[in-house]
Amino acid sequence: MTNRFSGVDFYDMDSLLSEEERAVRDTVRTWVDENLMPVIADAYIKGEFPEALVPQMAELGFFGANLPERYGCAGLNNVAYGLIMQELERGDSGVRSFASVQGALVMYPIHQFGSDEQKDHWLPRLASGEDVGCFGLTEPDYGSNPAGLITTARQTGDGWVLNGTKMWITNGSRASVAIVWAKTGDITDASSVRGFIVPTDTPGFSARDQKGKLSLRASDTSELILEDVKVPTSALLPKSSGVKSALMCLTQARYGIAWGGIGAAMACYDEALSYAQNRIMFDRPIAQTQLQQARLAEMLTEITKAQFMTLQLGRLKDRGTMTPFQVSLAKRNNVNMAAECAREARRLLGANGILAEYGAMRHMANLESVYTYEGTHDMHTLILGQAITGLNAF
Amino acid sequence: MSVILAVTEQRDGALRKVSFEVVTAARQLADALGATVDAVVFGAGEVSGADKLGNGGADRVLTANHPDFARYCPDGQAATLAELGAAATAVVFAASATGRDLAPRAAARLGVGCASDVVGLEVQDGRIIATRPVYAGKALQKLRLSGSPAVLTVRPNTFPPSDSSKAGAVEKVTVPSFSARVHVTGIKAPEGGALDVAEAPIVVSGGRGLKEPGNFALIEALAAALGNAAVGASRAVVDVGWRDHAAQVGQTGKTVSPNLYVAVGISGAIQHLAGMRTAKVIVAINKDKDAPIFKVADYGIVGDLFEVVPRLTEEIRKLKGE
Amino acid sequence: MKIAVCLKRVADTTTKIVIGSDGASIDETGVKFVPNPFDEFAIEAAIAVKEAAGSGETVVYSLGGDSAQETIRTALAMGIDRGVLLQGSGSPDGLEVAKALAGELKDQGFDLILFGKLAVDDYNYQVGPMTAELLGLPCITSLAHVTVADGKVEAERELEGGMETSTCQLPAVLTCDKGLNTPRLPSLKGIMAAKKKPLEVKAVDLGAGTIEILGLELPPERSAGKIVGEGPDAVPELVNLLRNEAKVI
Repeated sequence: MTNRFSGVDFYDMDSLLSEEERAVRDTVRTWVDENLMPVIADAYIKGEFPEALVPQMAELGFFGANLPERYGCAGLNNVAYGLIMQELERGDSGVRSFASVQGALVMYPIHQFGSDEQKDHWLPRLASGEDVGCFGLTEPDYGSNPAGLITTARQTGDGWVLNGTKMWITNGSRASVAIVWAKTGDITDASSVRGFIVPTDTPGFSARDQKGKLSLRASDTSELILEDVKVPTSALLPKSSGVKSALMCLTQARYGIAWGGIGAAMACYDEALSYAQNRIMFDRPIAQTQLQQARLAEMLTEITKAQFMTLQLGRLKDRGTMTPFQVSLAKRNNVNMAAECAREARRLLGANGILAEYGAMRHMANLESVYTYEGTHDMHTLILGQAITGLNAF
Repeated sequence: MSVILAVTEQRDGALRKVSFEVVTAARQLADALGATVDAVVFGAGEVSGADKLGNGGADRVLTANHPDFARYCPDGQAATLAELGAAATAVVFAASATGRDLAPRAAARLGVGCASDVVGLEVQDGRIIATRPVYAGKALQKLRLSGSPAVLTVRPNTFPPSDSSKAGAVEKVTVPSFSARVHVTGIKAPEGGALDVAEAPIVVSGGRGLKEPGNFALIEALAAALGNAAVGASRAVVDVGWRDHAAQVGQTGKTVSPNLYVAVGISGAIQHLAGMRTAKVIVAINKDKDAPIFKVADYGIVGDLFEVVPRLTEEIRKLKGE
Repeated sequence: MKIAVCLKRVADTTTKIVIGSDGASIDETGVKFVPNPFDEFAIEAAIAVKEAAGSGETVVYSLGGDSAQETIRTALAMGIDRGVLLQGSGSPDGLEVAKALAGELKDQGFDLILFGKLAVDDYNYQVGPMTAELLGLPCITSLAHVTVADGKVEAERELEGGMETSTCQLPAVLTCDKGLNTPRLPSLKGIMAAKKKPLEVKAVDLGAGTIEILGLELPPERSAGKIVGEGPDAVPELVNLLRNEAKVI
C-alpha cells in the first residue's frame, strides 16, 4: 500500500507547533513514506538494517539535529528533534534507534563532554554519516544498574587501556566509533566512570551481532569486546565524570524515545482504522462493530494524551527546565501505551495482522525492546516513585 | 452571423480524430447561439481528412498554410488564431497536448481567459456556460465565459463526433507574419509506440496483482483483442519501473475518460480512481472482493486474473470474429 | 543564471472535497495546503540549473494571501534564494493571474521563468504560456525532459503517441511535467535557513477577467455496479453485458 501518512491530530496539536516544527515533521514524514516504508517489511524479515538509507538521513540532517549548526547540524529546537524521532518511529523503532544512538548517545556526549578538538573532529563526520557511532554502557551483567559496570580503563604512560564487554549495543557491529564507558578507579566506584571515544578499528576491539532476535530486527544489536584496547589520552571525554554523565546521555535519548512511542502508536492506529473501514464481515465494515470502535477510541485517547504531554516536555526542554524525572514519566507512559496500541491493532487486523505486510505486529515486537531499553518500564516506575516520595525503593 | 472557430490538429499531414470532436462541440455552441462553425486547419500543404470536416458539422474550412505548419508551430498558429479569433464568438480547441499548449497562447493574445478541459457546454442568455472537472475530477466547476471571444478546450472522448453535415466550404486564410520563438523539431515514438491512454476509447490497465512485469503480456493481449485500446498502469507498477510513466493512470499520471476502462489486478486506491472515475464504463477484475475498485466498477469479476483475463481475451476474440 | 519560479499554494491532493457555503469554492476547514506538486518540479529544475551553471540567483514568486508565505518558505527551504509574495487573491481567470505575474517579472533579466504545467486545484494548464505571451518570451510547456546549455533550451514533451522535441533560445518560459526530475525534500538545515532568506511582500490588484465561477458541485454518484460473477466462468456474461447493456464493445 503506497499511501501517504497524514498523521493523527484529534485536538489540533498542529496549531501549537511553529511553521518550522511542522516543516521538519513533514520532511521526515514524507521521507519515511517514500524511502523507509517500501523497504522495511523486507528488512525486518531478513533481519537487516536498511543501511542504504543512512546517507539520505544524513543529507537531510536527521543526525544530531538539535546540535549547533557550526558542527554541520541542523540546529533545531527540541520539539522539532522530538518530531523527527516520532516520524522515524512511525516507520520503524529499529531505524529510529539508529538515529537516537547517533544523535543522542554519540554526538551528544561528544558535544557535552568533549574537548574542542574532539567536537570539531567528530561531530561533522557523525552528522554527515561518514562515521557511525555506538554507545557502550550496558554490559551482560549490568543493565538496569549501569553504576555496577565492570569495564575498566587503566591509565598508561601515553593513554588508557580498556578491558571489558558490552552487550545490547545498537549500531555496534556497524559503528566506526564507540563511546565506551569504563571505570578508571575502583571497580565499585561509580564516580570513576569516564567516557572514551574509541575508533572501532583499534586493535583489541571487536563487535559481533547478537543472533536470534525477535524484535528490532531491522537494527544492529551487538556485543562489544574490548581486550587490552589501547587508546591515547585524547580519547578521554574530558568533561565526563561519573556514571551520571552516561545517564545524562540516556536522558537525551529517552526524551526522543518518548516522542517515538507516539509515532509507533500513530502508525498502528492509522493502519487499524483504515483496515477496519475496508474490511467487510457480516455485511458491514468491522469499523461498524462496538468492539473495534472501542479499540480505536482507546488508541486515539492514549495518543492524544501523550501528544500534549510530550509537546510540553519539549517546551520545558527548550526552556532549560526539563528534569530527568519528567522524561521518565513520558518515556514510561508513551512506550507502554504504544505497545498496547500495537497489540490491539494487531488483534483488530485479524489474521492479516500476523503478516509483515501490515505494521502492527512488527511494531508490537519492536516496542517490547523499546519498553525494555533506555531504562525499563519498571525502572522508570521506581525513578518516578523516588522522585515523588523521596524514598528509594530500588 | 457570429462564428465559432473549431481549431483542428494534424499530424504528418493527416487530421487527428480529435479534430472532429472539436467541430462537434463547436457545432453544439453554434446551434445554440445561432452561429456558424469555421474549422481551422493548419498545414504546410494538403491535410487529409479536411474534406470530411463539412460532414462533421463545419460550415467552412479555413486552411492556414505555412511551411512551418508542417509541424506544430505555437507562435505562428497563435498569431493566426489571434487574427481569426478577434471577430469570433468562441474559439474551441481540443484539450490535447497541442491544444493545451496553443489555447492559452491564443487566449492571451486575444486578451481573454480560457476554460480548460471542458466536459459540458450550454448556452444561457447568450453566454457560454462550461462545465469542467477540478480537483482531479473530485468536483465539477461551472463557468460563465464572457470573453470576446470565449476560448475553451474540450476533453477528448467527451463530444463524440456527430453526423450533422454542413457545407464545409474550403477557404484559404492568410497567415500573418510572426517570429517563431519555439521550433518544434520532430516527434519521436515513445517506447512501444502504442495508443495513448488519455485518448484511446478503451483502456486496459494492470496493477500489482499482475505480480511480474512480464505478465503485462496478458493486458496487452486483451487490449489487442478489444481493438483501439491502450494499455494503462497503476502508479504502483510505474514506480517500480514495469511500465513507462506515460501509461500511468491516476492522480499523478493521466486522467482518462475512455468509453471502457478495464482495471486488472488494481485495488482502486483513491489516487487511481481520480484518474479514471469519469470513464463511461468501468470493469474490474480482482481476486479481492473487498477491493475498493469494485465500489466504482459498473461490472466486476472476482477471481484470479490469470484465469479470468485470458478467458476474457478469448471471448472477445470470438465476439469480434462473428 | 537568473531563474524565476512561479509557485501556487494548493489544497493537498488527498483532500476530501466539501463544497463551501458559497457553492462556488471548497470548504477549507481542515484542509492541508501545500506547494503545487507540479511547481515542485519547477523549483527542483531551477535549483539544478543554477547549480550546474555554478552561480546565479533563483527567485520564487507566489500570488496569494499571507498564508502563501509559508508555501514560499517551503521553496526557500528546498534551496531557492529569495521569495516574493504578490499579495492578492487569485482569479478563476488565468489571464489575470498571468498579468499580475508578468507585471512583476518584466525587465528583471530572468534567463528562465519556470512553472508547473498545471495546478492541482484548478487543472487549468494556462498561466505559464499566458505569462510567456504577455512577456513576449518563447515558451515550451509540459516538459518531460530538458537541457539548458549555451543560451538554448532543448526540450521534450509528451504528445499522444509520441514525444515532441523542440528548442528555443533563452530567455524562455518553461512549464514542467511529472518525471522531469525528482524534487528534493526540504532538508532540516534548509528549513532553518529559509527563515533568514529575503521574502518580500507586495500588493497586487487583479482585474475582474472574463471567466466567472457560477458554481462548484460534486460529481454525480455512480450508480451501484454489480459483481457479474466469480472466476473465468463469469466471463461470457460480462462480455454479453458489455456488448448489449453497456454497448461499449
